[in-house]
Amino acid sequence: MTISHDHDHDHDHDDHDHDHGDHDHHDHSHPHAAIEDHDAVTEFHLLEQAMRELLIEEGVFSAADIQRQIERQEMRTPALGARIVAKAWTDPAFRADLLANPKPAITALGIDVANTPALQVLENRDGVHHVVVCTLCSCYPRMILGIPPAWYKSREYRARVVREPRVVLEEFGVSLPERTEIRVVDSTADLRYLVIPERPADTEHLDEEALAAIVSRDSMIGTGLLSGAV
Amino acid sequence: MFAEGSLVRVLDHTIFGHCRTPLYLKGKVGEVVSHTGAWRNPETLAYHKPGLPLQRLYRVRFRQADLWSGYPNAGDTLEADIYEHWLAPAARAAAGDPS
Repeated sequence: MTISHDHDHDHDHDDHDHDHGDHDHHDHSHPHAAIEDHDAVTEFHLLEQAMRELLIEEGVFSAADIQRQIERQEMRTPALGARIVAKAWTDPAFRADLLANPKPAITALGIDVANTPALQVLENRDGVHHVVVCTLCSCYPRMILGIPPAWYKSREYRARVVREPRVVLEEFGVSLPERTEIRVVDSTADLRYLVIPERPADTEHLDEEALAAIVSRDSMIGTGLLSGAV
Repeated sequence: MFAEGSLVRVLDHTIFGHCRTPLYLKGKVGEVVSHTGAWRNPETLAYHKPGLPLQRLYRVRFRQADLWSGYPNAGDTLEADIYEHWLAPAARAAAGDPS
């Protein structure tokens, strides 16, 4: 939460990522909707506001610092992950590097992942389908997928996808055969996970850029499949 | 240190405060997929302590049928990241052993 942390802000803070319920402490500093549109101002909102004002007053950081940090975080979108996936599909040497040592491989693509949490890459293939969750809070590979969708942080997704993944995946429109091993990955600790979805069969003619355009955010979490070229 | 492929049981520690081992895995047996390095212990790190000594962190794979009674697909699995101080060597229950 502090700008003076020795690491980037685009991740979930392992030092205080205990469960805040529906509340998302990463959004605290964002401009709020008009108060009458807001469900309720929670204690967490008040605490965040008080802390923020105090830290600014004490000169720990400025309001401009906060704004800059929000902008940095919001510049990261699933397009980064899609570039990584498309490169892995088209360049076997990169794919091998990515699976073995994700962050150096990603850095070599010109994507800055310094000072972000450790990353593991999971490859979906015929017969094995990974789907990622964080049951304890909302850990997510923000450095390459940006801000997580609201459902990823919901108690319902977090509780159900570990216990009945096939039912949850069906609700996302993902039907997988019985023989496919569904491998739920609960990102419980210091690692973040990126799923490389299966490359659709009818995409042989597409170049890397066109491939990146068909890679959806959900396919990189494991809650989506790719249907192929348009 | 646990080798890849070894069976481990998640300990049933009772802990008050922050920890990164989910309740639903306590007491369950899984297989070590990989050792991912050593990290500061979140159980003390969360309380403004250095989190030392570092704890090895393993990716551990469980069979879903071992986690939830009546789970319908025998081939499905679940992985989680578990610190070494939460793991003990284990043997798998015999096939067909109702648990």
